[in-house]
Amino acid sequence: MTEVIETSQVKYESPTQVVLRRFFRHKLAPLATILFLLMVSSALLAPLSPYTPTQQAPANAFQPPSASHWFGTDELGRDIFTRILYGGRISLSVGLLATALTLVLGVLVGALAGYYGGWVDNLLMRITDAFLSFPVVLVLILISSLLRDLPIAIMRNSVLVVILVISALSWMWSARLVRSLVLTIRERDFVIASRALGAADHRLILIHILPNCIGPILVNGTLEMAYAVILESGLSYLGFGVQPPTPSWGNILASAQLFVFKAPWMAIYPGVMIFIAVMCINYIGDGFRDALDPYVIHTKEKF
Amino acid sequence: MATYIIRRLLQAIPILIILSVLLFAIVRLTPGGPLAAAERNPSISKEALEAMRKKLGLDQPLPIQYLRWVQQIVTEGDLGDSIKFRRPVSTMIAERLPNTLLLVGVSFLITLIIALPIGAIAATRPQSWFDHLTTTLAFMGQSVPVYWLGLVLIVIFYIIIKNPFTGGPLFPAGGMHSLERKDTLDLLWHMVLPVTALSFTWAGWYSRYLRASMREVLHEDYIRTARAKGVTETFVLYKHALRNALLPVVTLIALDLPSLFGGALFIETIFSWPGMGRLFWDAARGRDYPVLMGVIMIEAVLILLCNLLADMLYGFLDPRVRYD
Repeated sequence: MTEVIETSQVKYESPTQVVLRRFFRHKLAPLATILFLLMVSSALLAPLSPYTPTQQAPANAFQPPSASHWFGTDELGRDIFTRILYGGRISLSVGLLATALTLVLGVLVGALAGYYGGWVDNLLMRITDAFLSFPVVLVLILISSLLRDLPIAIMRNSVLVVILVISALSWMWSARLVRSLVLTIRERDFVIASRALGAADHRLILIHILPNCIGPILVNGTLEMAYAVILESGLSYLGFGVQPPTPSWGNILASAQLFVFKAPWMAIYPGVMIFIAVMCINYIGDGFRDALDPYVIHTKEKF
Repeated sequence: MATYIIRRLLQAIPILIILSVLLFAIVRLTPGGPLAAAERNPSISKEALEAMRKKLGLDQPLPIQYLRWVQQIVTEGDLGDSIKFRRPVSTMIAERLPNTLLLVGVSFLITLIIALPIGAIAATRPQSWFDHLTTTLAFMGQSVPVYWLGLVLIVIFYIIIKNPFTGGPLFPAGGMHSLERKDTLDLLWHMVLPVTALSFTWAGWYSRYLRASMREVLHEDYIRTARAKGVTETFVLYKHALRNALLPVVTLIALDLPSLFGGALFIETIFSWPGMGRLFWDAARGRDYPVLMGVIMIEAVLILLCNLLADMLYGFLDPRVRYD
């Protein structure tokens, strides 16, 4: 008797399983995920390289790519492949941490504005609008150069400074997104019901409202991460991000640019790495968007 | 309409106040203040330094300094003097502004010319080879760092490929003009590479915005109604659908404006384009704060004006929007 019930049962899928199944139906997102994980793990395994990122060998400078130096060597004879691996550690972790901080700030501002409404909403959204009309790259350059001039030891850490300034100037999009989500979820029956049961504001926001915003925040997070990786590399490229000798894809590209006539291959690799990493992140985000959007019809689209 | 424009300009004032207070506070709270670089410079005498300090009013309390700074900008258009070049910042910006507007304006127009038809056609033929090709290209445009693309273009079109007639480089790698020529043709020749780099990255975003927006519009009831009435398909797509699909795109482009100037800064730096971005980068390396603050304020004003323009365009596209 029990056997009959078991076989006739409809297969149950948790929401996570549904999302994952739909994510893997996307053509390129799973491929991008694998490639991205490959990049992350090779950056993590960087110490396995026979070279170090800062070990100089001037006699060995400007070697073209070969079996012993896969991507060649730079102007100081350092192995470019090893530097790219270590640079990937910095660039990818800056991207990840800046995104995390951006989302925390954005969710905080958006949830407060959307939940409380009234003057709180007005004030927070005016500040958000102001930040949205800042010329971001210019303000980033100004603030990061100023912070590094401060007589505070912790600001000597250029990686930390980059994470802070990027987050400080990119939380606005997630704040607007979260605010609009909170505005609609706030009025849903289950929220009204638990408010009637006497749940406190922070409980309503943290337990009931925010978990229902996870999907769009996740998609937004991938966009933010792509943006953060490009911004970090761009700032380091201009000389206002991660400072040498710490390698990042941006400052490797900056030093390669000086020798673009002598050794053009030096400029190719760091840029290709940024390009591939950002492209993977964008495809992963696209996969999640399709997987989380209940309105996407997965049969061949027709109009 | 006039009242609407005035109201919008008034609304921009708090934003400019927030930005200017932040900028002012950030720059004044650093050790040594705005003269830190000048103090380190041995070619500036003690008397000159003292005069600069007087002129900047650094002996006054901070709020007074801020008000005087704002008053100077508003009443005289005076953004202070560059520490490095000892010239008025407003003059330096006035020299560079047209070059930046030319670069950004031309790149923006070309972006629209490429991206809008691509987005519209891809939306009407979903899952076709055209859609797959353009979506892939758009993803590449969205993901490629513009500074690296500029560098790759220089490597390909300046170093590798040569002009078959003269044996020189196919396209110049920097500047706005050749030494001996100053005509429009020469200017256009110098614009090819920087404009290509900027347009490719922007077109990726815009074509995907329009494709997504148009896909959504094509599911609307009024499209089905139009088809049922027997309106020709071309008319349905390009009159009913496209016009409505453009509305959210205008909003997104307006939100994106700050990143246009950011992209231009990278491209100006790589191609030695004598615009505001290049000026800003040089000033940042020399910690020339009056220039930095001036350029940021002017670009913020430009962004706010473009936002106003976008809102007026919105009203033109959507007759339901009334300005009163």
